[in-house]
Amino acid sequence: MTRAFLALVRRDLALALRAGGGAGLGVVFFLAVVTVTPFAIGPDLNLLARIGPAILWIGALLASLIGLDRLFAADAEDGSLDLMFMSELPVELAAAAKGIAHWLATGLPLVVAAPVLSLLLNLEPAAIGALCLTLLVGTPAVTFLGLVGAAFAAAFRRGGLLVAVLVMPLTIPVLIFGVAATGAAIGGTVPFGAPFRILAGLSLGALVLGPVAAAAALRVTRE
Amino acid sequence: MRLVVRELACRRGARELFRDLGFTVEAGRALVVTGPNGAGKSSLLRLLAGLASPVSGSIRLEGAPEPDSFGEQVHYLGHLDAHKLALSAADNLRFWRDLLGRPPSRSALQGSPPGVEAAMEEVGLGGLGALPVAVLSAGQKRRLALARLLVAERPLWILDEPTTALDSRAQALFAALARAHIAKGGLLVAATHAPLDLAPSESLDLGAHAARTARDPWGADAAFAGEASS
Repeated sequence: MTRAFLALVRRDLALALRAGGGAGLGVVFFLAVVTVTPFAIGPDLNLLARIGPAILWIGALLASLIGLDRLFAADAEDGSLDLMFMSELPVELAAAAKGIAHWLATGLPLVVAAPVLSLLLNLEPAAIGALCLTLLVGTPAVTFLGLVGAAFAAAFRRGGLLVAVLVMPLTIPVLIFGVAATGAAIGGTVPFGAPFRILAGLSLGALVLGPVAAAAALRVTRE
Repeated sequence: MRLVVRELACRRGARELFRDLGFTVEAGRALVVTGPNGAGKSSLLRLLAGLASPVSGSIRLEGAPEPDSFGEQVHYLGHLDAHKLALSAADNLRFWRDLLGRPPSRSALQGSPPGVEAAMEEVGLGGLGALPVAVLSAGQKRRLALARLLVAERPLWILDEPTTALDSRAQALFAALARAHIAKGGLLVAATHAPLDLAPSESLDLGAHAARTARDPWGADAAFAGEASS
């Protein structure tokens, strides 16, 4: 079962990193959001530093949703999904494997790019550190909540926007506590640990519930 | 080991495709499903593979080593080849071996499955393993899909039009692979329009079955038992 799980992670990662696989797309989108913001806000460095964490989190959240619509849809279209149902690997774990591969290809590059992009928004070192930590803990939650939307997108043709509409409301708590924890790190009334622990809890919950819900959706929508 | 199907009914939308369908496939035998387009061949095979749920009736694999895990005993080759075009042929095959295969100690049939290279050699794709699937022809993709049946050992093969896009040599090759599988004690159910040259095999004509059950709507207990053709 471990062999099947790792094989699925490896394959999805290889597909994402190939040309046209879409792994770099999230980072490019993230970069675009963050670079245009200072132009829109104007040269007010204090304002940028204050809203910077929120801008970065919104950018990372939206970038994490990119490519989710094709996660199961591509497998449904070429017949691979049928065969995954016939593996000894439970569908829940297959969904988790695909989620891990998607996060490694899309979410992790965002975490790596965040410190560089933080400089564009005049964030201080403490805020950059806190932001990267919250993104590292929070983006897996977004990806794994997104698995549910991805599973439904496989059943409908052209489910691109559907995923964002389905998944976005579920990710609001992650966004709130991610930004709150970053804000707490650079001064505020609550210590960093309080919102950060809730964020970690949300993430752990999503890691377990996301694949289970996605597997249920895949089973229900199977022809 | 044998596949037992009883009083199976299938519906697609509002249309009933077949009902009161029953047959048995013994180990070491093949069942060839024929019938006109739209008779329900592909639907029947998806039911048998556990990929769809029947309206009524039962499908059981008697004597399987792990009866709970029906899907894990079955190889399903549908109209779609399930290849990733961006990956190489060998990578595709290696992935399916890891996902669908199982340790040899738990294998139901004798002998261990061939490796990825050996299986590609066997279906006539030797030396093409490093090429991405995108550059293979339709027939070569189908051959690669057949190689998937070899690298992971499973007792029941369910094949939907297995010889589509295959040239005459590859068709003969497929027949040889299928006969070897049957000779090892495997089971095989194939839907086809072209003669497959399988022996020993029974045949099931879904078109004739539909005509019979339509004329006799109350003959529910007269389960169809398959006609021996060889």
